[in-house]
Amino acid sequence: MEKRGRAVKAAAQRRRPKPGAKRVKGKVVQMELFRSAAAAGAAAEAAAAPAGDAAPEAVAAPAPAAVKAPTVAARPGGKAAAGRRRETAESLGKRQREISVAEFFQKNRHLLGFDNPAKALLTATKEAVDNSLDASEEAGLLPEIEVAIEELAEDRFRLSVTDNGPGIVRGQIPRVFGKLLYGSKFHVLRQSRGQQGIGISAAGMYAQLTTGRPVRITSRTAAKKPAHFFEIQIDTAKNEPKVLTDREVEWDRDHGTRVEMDLAGTYKKGRRSVDDYVMQSALANPHATVRYRPPKGDEFHRERLTTGLPREPQAIRPHPYGVELGALIAMLRSTRGRTLKSALQSDFSRVSANVAEEICRAAGVNPEARPKSLDGRQVEALFRAIPKVKIMAPPAASIVPIGEALILEGLKRAVKADFYTSATRPPAVYRGNPFLVEAGLAYGGDLPAEELIDLWRFANRVPLQYQQSACAVTRAAITTDWRNYGLQQGKGALPIGPLVLFVNVASVWVPFTSESKEAVASYPEIIHELRLGLQEVGRRLGAFLRHRQRLAEAEKKRSYIESYIPHIGIALREILGLSEAEEQKVVKTLTETLEKSRTP
Amino acid sequence: MGTATVKKIEQTAGEVHRTILKRQKPRLRFPLRSLSNVKYDPKRGHFEMRGRKKERTLTVSTVKTFAQTLRMMALSKELVAQDDIATKREAYYVSKNWGEARFLEQPESDAVMDDVEALFEVNREQIGFVPEEKGGEVSGKLSIIDRDSETRKPLRIDCTRFGSGAYSIPISVEHLKFQTEAAFILVIETAGMFQRLVKHKYWKTANCVLVSMGGVPTRACRRFIRRLADFKKIPVYVFVDGDPYGISNIYRTLKVGSGNAAHLNEYFCVPQARYLGVTPQDIVDYKLPTHPLKDVDIKRARDAIKNDPFFQHHRAWVDAVEHLLKMGVRAEQQALAKWGLNYVIDTYLPEKLKQPEKFLP
Repeated sequence: MEKRGRAVKAAAQRRRPKPGAKRVKGKVVQMELFRSAAAAGAAAEAAAAPAGDAAPEAVAAPAPAAVKAPTVAARPGGKAAAGRRRETAESLGKRQREISVAEFFQKNRHLLGFDNPAKALLTATKEAVDNSLDASEEAGLLPEIEVAIEELAEDRFRLSVTDNGPGIVRGQIPRVFGKLLYGSKFHVLRQSRGQQGIGISAAGMYAQLTTGRPVRITSRTAAKKPAHFFEIQIDTAKNEPKVLTDREVEWDRDHGTRVEMDLAGTYKKGRRSVDDYVMQSALANPHATVRYRPPKGDEFHRERLTTGLPREPQAIRPHPYGVELGALIAMLRSTRGRTLKSALQSDFSRVSANVAEEICRAAGVNPEARPKSLDGRQVEALFRAIPKVKIMAPPAASIVPIGEALILEGLKRAVKADFYTSATRPPAVYRGNPFLVEAGLAYGGDLPAEELIDLWRFANRVPLQYQQSACAVTRAAITTDWRNYGLQQGKGALPIGPLVLFVNVASVWVPFTSESKEAVASYPEIIHELRLGLQEVGRRLGAFLRHRQRLAEAEKKRSYIESYIPHIGIALREILGLSEAEEQKVVKTLTETLEKSRTP
Repeated sequence: MGTATVKKIEQTAGEVHRTILKRQKPRLRFPLRSLSNVKYDPKRGHFEMRGRKKERTLTVSTVKTFAQTLRMMALSKELVAQDDIATKREAYYVSKNWGEARFLEQPESDAVMDDVEALFEVNREQIGFVPEEKGGEVSGKLSIIDRDSETRKPLRIDCTRFGSGAYSIPISVEHLKFQTEAAFILVIETAGMFQRLVKHKYWKTANCVLVSMGGVPTRACRRFIRRLADFKKIPVYVFVDGDPYGISNIYRTLKVGSGNAAHLNEYFCVPQARYLGVTPQDIVDYKLPTHPLKDVDIKRARDAIKNDPFFQHHRAWVDAVEHLLKMGVRAEQQALAKWGLNYVIDTYLPEKLKQPEKFLP
């Protein structure tokens, strides 16, 4: 594996939240703040600058927990304050200090998906598997993932995830696993599972917190190089790794990484289980071979369905339509472009010389001006001018679909059904980010007919298990009229029927509703594309069901004809005194006449 | 009659047979059996069919009913040819030999039988099927000439000589002949009132023939009254409960026939019948004890003046029914007992019969 990051998007540098942005945004900025601070080693100064006007808000969130700040500093006449010594700016100042991001997430672990034991086991598995898949793909290797969960004691499990990825160089291992917000994907606008550099370290931190045991890593980068074994703990106060063990070991793999941790958790079967997650991951990653040994029950083993690696997603520059004002300011300050025009051209995708001039003209700003010389008003004019200029959609090469054929094949492996179909939509754009929707379904077979359908959601091939009702995918599924396609559906509910619905949203930047990445945010463009995808597979399901209905009717017709026409023969023989031959002729002729007729 | 029916059946079946051999879909045309397909002809005095027909083409979805209709026709032909009869219930059981084409419940076979009856525009007795229902009872100054079923010799029945009992109208009455000097026929709804009049030999006092319908009159009962009234050219007076059921179901069916078998009404109706009582005005005049109209009564009464061509034709009836609706009450025949058990014999009927021209049409 290499750097696995999570969280704040690459563009955060550029796409800074506006004043008054939601709290979630505040947190995002805060992570960014600590990350850059730590990386640069220059604390206060570096941190304060990029945080900009969002900083007070960001700090406000963790403050009550981290620092016991008085709620009200000065409140003239307030009775509560009367008997207490008042704080002064100086006394407050002594207590104001940086909060470690590790400390922050230790206290707010629900933000990362560790809020209950069942979910914690799932999240830890998911973080490790996501990293393994990303690392293998980036190195151009066909992933082979082994997941094992062993029950050590009641509510205590040992999770190990092993991959055949490129491995991690010895010097990086401690920070990759022992430091939050340390990663390789954060500053790149490219489709990947991980984004932020939090996940696996957070899982390790949770393990350490609940069992006191360090995370164990084995990694090797090539057959000629030694394998390294590490035991690592996180110093949460400093957000720094503490290496307990660092030695060379024998390992039967030429390259790859193995993570092992002991953690508190609950293992269960059924929906939102680790079993489901692994099975769905295999489905969404047909190029991966997946082995899974659960604490109890049958082992899961799925060989890869294809030896073709997904096309490597290209990193893209941001598209002007998605940029926010703060990000634009930062961008103009740090650009290498000598003129405004060349800065726009080089830092954005789809901005040609003509488009750049058009933006400048619409904003009333000189295209030859030096970017750093623009004042606030001019940048804002520029910002407001962007939507007025017609700009090509961002390049779709940056997103890689699973593909209709492989979704179909995967569904057939995963679900026993009577009918399968899948559809990959053409790329579309929300807020300047290209994205793409894929839908698939399996109908009938052993699936329960009287229950709500099973909705399997994916974002960049990662199964989403929690917060179904908050997800754009669910919303799109509910607002699609499935009765048109032959299913029952209550108002404001998922349809009822023997159906598994598969939906993958692929994007360079999937907008999640929270850092735990459980639900896709409901941008209108995304909802629109989702519904088109669902309608496409829905129509095919409808056609299948109608066809089946017709076959059933034809069968009924045949049996009707066979049952009753002989009686017409008998009756006519009795009334008209026909011979047996004549009676048979009546039956034969009438049968032919009716079978030819199309009306039922 | 028998041979004519057999011919009709053979004709229809032959047409079906020829159509099948031409590789076309055979079809049967049935008169539509409902009140919406009848008109009231005041000259003829009964409901007539408007001639609307439904067509049943043999398709996959009608093949079952079609087969059942043809098998019912075959059964009918057999019955008529052998001069035998089958009740509706028996016909239903015969169908149990038809394998897949058998009827599961009797209403299914009744409906197919009604279709066949209407198809040939005959009554079901003519195609060999008879109802279970009882035909009504007769008492009074009347002799009926029937014939012995074995010897075929005439058999004379004196309706004054049944004591406290009465003569039962048979299912088929076409062959009966009559001898009577009675001045009119009094037709009564309930067996209870009939019993009282028989007990006190009211037929002797009033010089009449008493007929009990026991509810809505059967076809045989209607035909019997009709033939008797036609034969001696005597009037028919009807005495029923003063409620929407007595008026629109019992009296209307007796007088002009039913909407369901309109092709037969020509024979099964008594156009000369007049409504003696209990009238809505009687309720007032005789201060009769009443019960409130139920919802079904109100619906039935409204339906009569809104949809029934017979009531719509007679202004007097529309007024009477509206009067009843306005009062919101009903009164039974036996409510007259309030004034004494024999008040009906001593006072009510004599008073009424003084002015037959005032009877409702």
